[in-house]
Amino acid sequence: MLYREAGDFKTSYASDNQTFPIRFDRYAYWVVMAVAFLVLPMVMNDYWANSIVVPFMIYVIAALGLNILIGYTGLLSLGTAAFMAVGAYATFKLTTAFPAMPIYLVFLLSGLVTSAVGVLFGLPSLKIKGFYLAVATLAAQFFLIWLFTRYGWFFNYSSTGQISMPERSMFGVTITGATASSTAVYFTCLIFTVAMAWLARNLTRGQMGRTWMAIRDMDIAAEIIGVNPLIAKLSSFAVSSFFVGVAGALMFGVYLGAVEAGEAFGINKSFLVLFMVIIGGLGSILGSFLGAAFLVVLPVLLKILLVDNLGWPADLARHLEIMIIGALIIVVLIAEPHGMAALWRTVKEKLRLWPFPH
Amino acid sequence: MSDTVLFAMEAALNGVTVGIMYSLVALGFVLIFKASGIFNFAQGVMALFAALTLVGLQNGQIPFAPIINAAFGTSIHNFGWNLPSVVAIPLTVLVMIGMAWLIERIVLKHLVNQEPIILFMATIGLAFFLEGLGDIMWGAEVKRLDVGIPQGMSAWVDETTYNLFGYGFFIDTLSLYALGIAAVLVTGLVLFSQYTKQGRALRAVADDHQAALSVGISLRFIWVLTWSIAGIVALVAGIMWGSKSGVQFSLSLIALKALPVLILGGFTSIPGAIVGGLLIGVGEKLFDFFMQPVIGGATENWFAYMLALVFLLFRPQGLFGERIIERV
Amino acid sequence: MLDQPAEGYVTADGRQIGPVVLELKNITLRFGGVEAIKNISFDIREGEIRAIIGPNGAGKSSMMNVISGFYVPQEGEILYKGYKRRKMPPYQVARTGIARTFQNIALFEGMSVLDNIMTGRINLMKSGFLKQALWWGPASREEDEHREKVEKVIDFLEIQHIRKTPVARLPYGLKKRVELARALAAEPQILLLDEPMAGMNVEEKEDMSRFILDVNDEFGTTIVLIEHDMGVVMDLSDRVVVMDYGKKIGDGTPDEVRNNQDVIDAYLGVAHE
Repeated sequence: MLYREAGDFKTSYASDNQTFPIRFDRYAYWVVMAVAFLVLPMVMNDYWANSIVVPFMIYVIAALGLNILIGYTGLLSLGTAAFMAVGAYATFKLTTAFPAMPIYLVFLLSGLVTSAVGVLFGLPSLKIKGFYLAVATLAAQFFLIWLFTRYGWFFNYSSTGQISMPERSMFGVTITGATASSTAVYFTCLIFTVAMAWLARNLTRGQMGRTWMAIRDMDIAAEIIGVNPLIAKLSSFAVSSFFVGVAGALMFGVYLGAVEAGEAFGINKSFLVLFMVIIGGLGSILGSFLGAAFLVVLPVLLKILLVDNLGWPADLARHLEIMIIGALIIVVLIAEPHGMAALWRTVKEKLRLWPFPH
Repeated sequence: MSDTVLFAMEAALNGVTVGIMYSLVALGFVLIFKASGIFNFAQGVMALFAALTLVGLQNGQIPFAPIINAAFGTSIHNFGWNLPSVVAIPLTVLVMIGMAWLIERIVLKHLVNQEPIILFMATIGLAFFLEGLGDIMWGAEVKRLDVGIPQGMSAWVDETTYNLFGYGFFIDTLSLYALGIAAVLVTGLVLFSQYTKQGRALRAVADDHQAALSVGISLRFIWVLTWSIAGIVALVAGIMWGSKSGVQFSLSLIALKALPVLILGGFTSIPGAIVGGLLIGVGEKLFDFFMQPVIGGATENWFAYMLALVFLLFRPQGLFGERIIERV
Repeated sequence: MLDQPAEGYVTADGRQIGPVVLELKNITLRFGGVEAIKNISFDIREGEIRAIIGPNGAGKSSMMNVISGFYVPQEGEILYKGYKRRKMPPYQVARTGIARTFQNIALFEGMSVLDNIMTGRINLMKSGFLKQALWWGPASREEDEHREKVEKVIDFLEIQHIRKTPVARLPYGLKKRVELARALAAEPQILLLDEPMAGMNVEEKEDMSRFILDVNDEFGTTIVLIEHDMGVVMDLSDRVVVMDYGKKIGDGTPDEVRNNQDVIDAYLGVAHE
């Protein structure tokens, strides 16, 4: 009754290919956009913004990036956090060296720098496959973090070893630094998230996406039918690292404001983003959103429930959170290996038929 | 002999002892990988969990005390008794076997036909689950582990090397014991694998699941057996590491170090795990020794992985492993 | 073997067969100590249907892998349109206009039928990376153009009803057809078919034979096929190469090969000296 495609025939390939073929979905999408851009900034308070919405958006970008690498191309990476660090440190160096550069441009350039680093560490993927590649990315993870903590040049020789984001503004609005309003921070992240998601969608639905998936599914056959494995794999690293780098840049630039490589971008962050991708759904744009949402909201939920309401100690809540996440990974992989996105698709299929059973 | 050479030798010897520790953890990986093709990321956490359980039993801790206290407002911690190691260790072994059985039932059974990458990610989930569980059951503060293995500088080594080289090497007695225990363990495992009925069955399963099934070997039993042995190996590793640096969360990170060890030694070779561990251990220490003045310290954070990476580019199957055959 | 004119000729049923387009000269392929292909030479003419037959283990699939560049022979050379083909990776061989199907299905199981066939167009797609990322006019239009071509192939092979189905869910016969569609989507000049009828019943074989003939007839595509069904081979092909134990033991029209004593011996299993 509600959710129907009857009578909604596509008359061109372009409309057959669109992101939301069902009319209901399209309207829902516009509603969400309107809420995000117009409603939320009005009603949201600082706490929600800072502990949920902003990190959610940043992690969406990182998850999109990692999903391209693992979900679409089948290249396992455990070095996501280190690449976020590259984005963060690139932002720091660029903006301290060129204070007049518009900060959005700095973020984008940081993404490009991360892209280049990603391609470098992606070179082994031409010879190494499967979870052996995971080891190569671990090398990247530990080496890069060591690099950023060891050599003063990266943190401008500050005595704490931390990098701090200086205050920057665009068009008269302060975007970064302690005085930036949470609205400015929110909109910055929102704009980047929407733009990156749009980029991801375009790349994955075209020939690039198919090339990546071909490599994932059967790389030898892919090569025989004409896919250049070098270009395919390295482009995946490049694009993925760009996304992850921008996420890292935003995380440092507008969210945390000050970071130290070891604690902000340690191996646990890499696992966190990996879990978002697995739980949300490998090879799915929606999955990146769902996974990020889930893993950002869960600790907050547990904290409110257990610590604030029941008075349990905070570290106990944290241990429980780890247990739940671990258990969830296993459950997802057993029951629905394609994550929440696949679950969502099943729900929609049922909805299309409702109230009929089949 | 010049001082540098002597210091380097000492560093290398320390590297050997660290390497043995790595090997102990890597052994568990090899066992499980051989029998089920699964790379058990949770091996490191299993070592942590085993050590936590051992300490808990020794000190008469009440399991789940933290959560009971939080939920009911009580403040209980210990039963009040202490168990000697002779009793606590076999009890812990039982716990690990029980855990292996549960893991097979709840996780492995359902993931039998999945691709290796899915299985690997499942073990990552398992690792996190066990870590959280361990913390909730026994508490997350650092604990001292003492099963009676002597520690401190080995007087014997100090004297002998002093007599030989005019400089006494500082080697921890614990490390010597670790070497001995590792040797016994490896010998035991190799003998088990080669000469017992179960060991043969294990090798059959490692080769070909279907064929093993068709001759009547129970896959599930073998898996429980393998994970139990891996659990026991994890316990040994946990005891060694725990005695040395206390039982704490960072123990689970050793799992990550095991990856380079396995790449060097091959994923399916028991002696390879030892050789790989030694190479990594010695390599780390020597690299740090020679390179520290040049590029600074803490290089053992990443050296093993870089070494493994270089190795992968030239010899993906490691020194002893079989070539992983890509099926097209 | 009857002499055929170098520039080409017209067959009895009116198909135009051109000059030699691919020539294999003295190919020897070794794996360690085993010689899978021993000094084999034969040629393939433009527009013809050439079959490679022989008992199991004769080296037929290896020969096909040599042609598609996946195996590099230790000796011998391959001449493509008169020019010696330098050693190149398989994806570049594909770009010279050679497409193929595989003995064990090599479809991309994570994608739908449509997406699988679209991957076949990879060498014909021009839109660069940046254009795709921004997805404005030209990239979107190009995607539509290719989609149109792919739809023609889908119509041709009568698989419209499954175009959005994930490939993993299809039965074997349909998977084979989708593989053929993917190869055709590349608009190849030479089509290599490795046992296209394996595991099919009579009806499916008739369908597949019809498709193969139609492809050759309508597009003039040169077809090289490995097949075990003798009836199919004799009916479809213009010329046949017979391999046994890595050697060539027959080369000619179906009739000539049928009466060749060595071929008969090989199939009957007569021992070699």
